[in-house]
Amino acid sequence: MANTATEPNAKAPAGETLDRQLLMGRPHQRHGGLWLTAAIVLAAIFLVGYSLVTNPRFEWNIVFGWFTSERLFTGLLRTLGLTAISMAVGIVVGVLLALARLAPNAIVAGTAAFLVWLFRGVPVFVQLLFWGFIAAIYPRIAVGVPFGPEFFSVDANVLITPFMAAILGLGLNEGAYMSEIVRAGLLSVNRGQTEAATALGMRRFAILSRVVLPQAMKIIIPPTGNQTISMLKTTSLVSVLAFPELLYSAQLVYSANFKTIPLLIAASMWYLLVTSILSLGQYFIERHFNRGGITPGRGIRRPRKAKPASPGITPKEVQP
Amino acid sequence: MSNVMIEAQGVTKSFGDLEVLKGIDLTVPKGSVTCIIGPSGSGKSTFLRCINQLETLDGGYILVEGQPVGVKVRKGRLHAQNNAEAARMRENIGMVFQSFNLFPHMTVLENICEAPVRVKKENRKAVQDRARILLERVGLSEKVHAYPASLSGGQQQRVAIARALAMEPRLMLFDEPTSALDPELVGEVLDVMRKLADGGMTMIVVTHEIGFAREVGDHLIFMDGGGIVEQGDPRTVLREPRHERTKQFLAKVI
Repeated sequence: MANTATEPNAKAPAGETLDRQLLMGRPHQRHGGLWLTAAIVLAAIFLVGYSLVTNPRFEWNIVFGWFTSERLFTGLLRTLGLTAISMAVGIVVGVLLALARLAPNAIVAGTAAFLVWLFRGVPVFVQLLFWGFIAAIYPRIAVGVPFGPEFFSVDANVLITPFMAAILGLGLNEGAYMSEIVRAGLLSVNRGQTEAATALGMRRFAILSRVVLPQAMKIIIPPTGNQTISMLKTTSLVSVLAFPELLYSAQLVYSANFKTIPLLIAASMWYLLVTSILSLGQYFIERHFNRGGITPGRGIRRPRKAKPASPGITPKEVQP
Repeated sequence: MSNVMIEAQGVTKSFGDLEVLKGIDLTVPKGSVTCIIGPSGSGKSTFLRCINQLETLDGGYILVEGQPVGVKVRKGRLHAQNNAEAARMRENIGMVFQSFNLFPHMTVLENICEAPVRVKKENRKAVQDRARILLERVGLSEKVHAYPASLSGGQQQRVAIARALAMEPRLMLFDEPTSALDPELVGEVLDVMRKLADGGMTMIVVTHEIGFAREVGDHLIFMDGGGIVEQGDPRTVLREPRHERTKQFLAKVI
């Protein structure tokens, strides 16, 4: 203690009175390190930006020319369609698999667990190839009584087009992931909720759709948004089935004009743009499903423009 | 018409190897308040939950207004009730839980109206009018559009009572309705229950509130180790318990 007391920054000795007026203020902040770090980062950004602008091999005029071209735009529409349909299939399959896994019937639950294991365990790229080559395993697909008469049959190559193969591959793989997300959501809802609804005489479907699922949504929505964004990009794997979505459309162009990099950049710009829009959409959906929940610092969530729970009754009339 | 709301005979129930109900015999007259007390793990909540089939019986039977719980008799044989039949029986039995279990994503009014509108297919407007009257009775008129998370425990429990009453049940089950409440909020919930009893509602109340059992109860049951140890008029049982276990329990809680 004796030697530290001689240093200028040392603690005030026990006898010295603290300046209480000084303590009412806030301590001085040092920003030196902050400015230095910012300067380094800005310099790096400048260098990358400089090279983007000055390196002629980026061929920006070609990038923007193809970015707005009809061919890429058609590919983009196919990518969006593929994303939407695959996600829809994935969500439906996911909900069904989740409910099956939670079913009291062990055979049903076990089969569902097996399917999740299968569709999640094989790479989606490999699954897409399998669906693409399905005709090699089942050349004809028939509807009829097993081991009995056949009502009609189709050539597998006619039924399973590249588009169908893409939907099956992406949708089933997505379903496996979604089932885990939905299951986690359903399990997150307190058992007491189901019991209270049961005690009120509500039937199973009503309990699921009115009480459990709306509460599970809070858990289900954020990862589903992630999955949608992920799906948008995963659809580019479908180029292997020669289905002309965004990436394959770009590949078709550069295989003819050899402007590989500019076309890949043009396609990437579309992916980035759509991803940004999806992220924004996710924000609003999450807000909607947080109804009645507490956001720290912002109180209880009400639906924006809280509509009266019944037509003709406004909160005003209820006041005594 | 019979004056009996509940008739239970030899009710048994096990969870795995643990036998939680070892043959319960009980009769509850209509319009009466029956309070069940006893140490935790004595099976009192389980018995209550058997009445509206949140648990299934392993043995014995329970009749609610003469109708067997969980089973039906067809051509001299016993069949299990299906889900719809069980749900129909529950419509007439209100239940209030220790942890309230209000639906957090619905407002107070939506909580109360959900079951009458969805289950009994009643007119929404009529149910809402009834809900407002019920909320007034439990002293929460100004909370119609509040969400459960903004209410205190006592307020949530009073909404839960109103929600159960909106189904116009003929029997109300209370499973430790004040056990999760801060001490200063217990009174407001007990007041609502007292008013309900005064209105002639048949009630079975699992509780630790000895004062409530003494003042409001018509019948007191002391359970321990999965069986009924002693029962009778609350004032008599509480003043001069006949069994040693009842004496020990009462000495601890009073």
